[in-house]
Amino acid sequence: MSETIAQRGAPPPGTPPQARAGARRPRRTRPTADLTAPGRGPTRIAVWIALLAIAIAFFLPFLWLLVASIQPGAALSARINWTFSFRNFADVLNAETVYRPMLNSLIISGGTALITVLAATFAAYPLSRYHSRFGRILMYGILFATGLPITAIMVPVYTMYSRFNLTDSVPALILFMAASSLPFAIWMMKNFMDGVPVELEEAAWTDGAGWLQSLRRIILPLMVPGLTVVFVFTFVLQWGNFFVPFILLQAPESQPASVTIYTFFSTYGQVAYGQLAAFAILYTAPVVLMYSGLSRVFSGAFSLTGAVKG
Amino acid sequence: MTTATAPRAARIGAFVPALLLLGVFFAGPLVWSVYSAFTDVALTGSASVDFVGVDNFTTMWKDAQFWNSLWLTLIFVVGSAVIGQNTLGLLIALLLRGRGKAARALVSGLVIAAWTVPETVAAFCWYSYLHRDGTLNGILGWFGLSQNWLYTAPMLAVILANVWRGTAFSMLVYQAALNDVPPDLHEAAAVDGASAWQRLRRITLPLIRRSIVSNLMLITLQTLASFGLIYVMTKGGPGNKSSTTPIYMYQESFQFYKLGYGTAMALVLLVIGAIFSLIYVRLIKVDDL
Repeated sequence: MSETIAQRGAPPPGTPPQARAGARRPRRTRPTADLTAPGRGPTRIAVWIALLAIAIAFFLPFLWLLVASIQPGAALSARINWTFSFRNFADVLNAETVYRPMLNSLIISGGTALITVLAATFAAYPLSRYHSRFGRILMYGILFATGLPITAIMVPVYTMYSRFNLTDSVPALILFMAASSLPFAIWMMKNFMDGVPVELEEAAWTDGAGWLQSLRRIILPLMVPGLTVVFVFTFVLQWGNFFVPFILLQAPESQPASVTIYTFFSTYGQVAYGQLAAFAILYTAPVVLMYSGLSRVFSGAFSLTGAVKG
Repeated sequence: MTTATAPRAARIGAFVPALLLLGVFFAGPLVWSVYSAFTDVALTGSASVDFVGVDNFTTMWKDAQFWNSLWLTLIFVVGSAVIGQNTLGLLIALLLRGRGKAARALVSGLVIAAWTVPETVAAFCWYSYLHRDGTLNGILGWFGLSQNWLYTAPMLAVILANVWRGTAFSMLVYQAALNDVPPDLHEAAAVDGASAWQRLRRITLPLIRRSIVSNLMLITLQTLASFGLIYVMTKGGPGNKSSTTPIYMYQESFQFYKLGYGTAMALVLLVIGAIFSLIYVRLIKVDDL
């Protein structure tokens, strides 16, 4: 085993260290990092200190959220007074505070993600399968649209919606959110669809299948990971969306949690910090679970690679 | 090349749902904003909307508050995105290269956690963190440096919060880009006696140049219209000390009922965004599509 590796020279990057140890010429077991010359003591220590400092700096802002949520009568300080209880959670777990807003969030984000995925799949199909001048121009247009700052146009969107009596309408909100998610979704979906070989489809075509059939029977089953990424990405983004529903929905009973949690903060926030923290954790949990589930299934940066081709 | 068997009508038909949505709910408001930026439409519900020409824009030109907001937006974008997220993201990606699995999981896990948290929750975290009785003052109190950050340094507060929230994106972009840098180049340069800093400047940075530029464009666009984080933390205050253009636009439109004026500001933001977006689009190679 060790002989063959030594003959081949440098082992491929993914090889486990034990296999590399057999190589005749000693090689570094890890790729060289720029700021970290390997093997030199002081630099290594400095790197570890820097990483530790970064980890602590990113953790500290979470501290209050975690501590206050399980301390009855918590204030804004993250000082621990050693009385823990889940009373804050029990206090907010009622229809008005948590259940209804979360259900609204689920309807709004889920509806938006569903419509976005459907429309993006159809639009991505011709873009991926037929290369034309028109398609190329359209892709440039879509890419350009992904960059436009959507929150900047919320004032004109509001005037437009109030003119047509669409404010406080959840379906109208969902359609706007789907439209604003579409450019990026089409972009990702097209990249995922490009990964499905055309040959598979050609076989179906010779068997007399139409484009809709080959899309449904051949492409979509092979694209389940891509569809999931686009769905989860859209869902998570809209779950956290504050500005759009804040502007377009005035009735508290149809507002999603992103807005009601802000209302809770500005009305009871000053007295009920523990409850606010508990609410915030309940509201955050679904997206964190979805995101970590997604990155467990696919490797970390996967969801981004479609977006940022350098 | 592809063999096209589907009829042309079906190909166009596939676009219809997306085109309808984009046309009505995306292009619609854009066209509407161009129109209403030249009107005196107000929130008072009066039916008469008059065409006022470039009045909104001349008001804006003379409005010191608007220029202040634009300046604060620039500080926010440069401070939190271009300098903060971009540099910190690259630094973390570089530091994590070649580290063990545990270190990578811990550090990038925390950085990504800050990114996953919804905007309002991120704002609460930082509101409490920087508050008079908050965690940061608890620590700084040992050195006698505690103060009410949201009042003494509101811009610094929102910039730090946005760096915390957005660094993960740059980190992921740079981790992906660094994976494509062949390690042999470094080893050769190291053998020739190049220092770590020289290797970074002469080899790594030139090789990931395209990722750097597109990352800068993307985070600038994401930061430009940032609203929720600032609004929840400071509401643009104290006074107008952290009132960036999106906040000022919101206040003028919905607290002072000047929707036409707000729309004119929206148009300015949109044009700035469009310029950055065009630069970004030009960076993407045609054959990538």
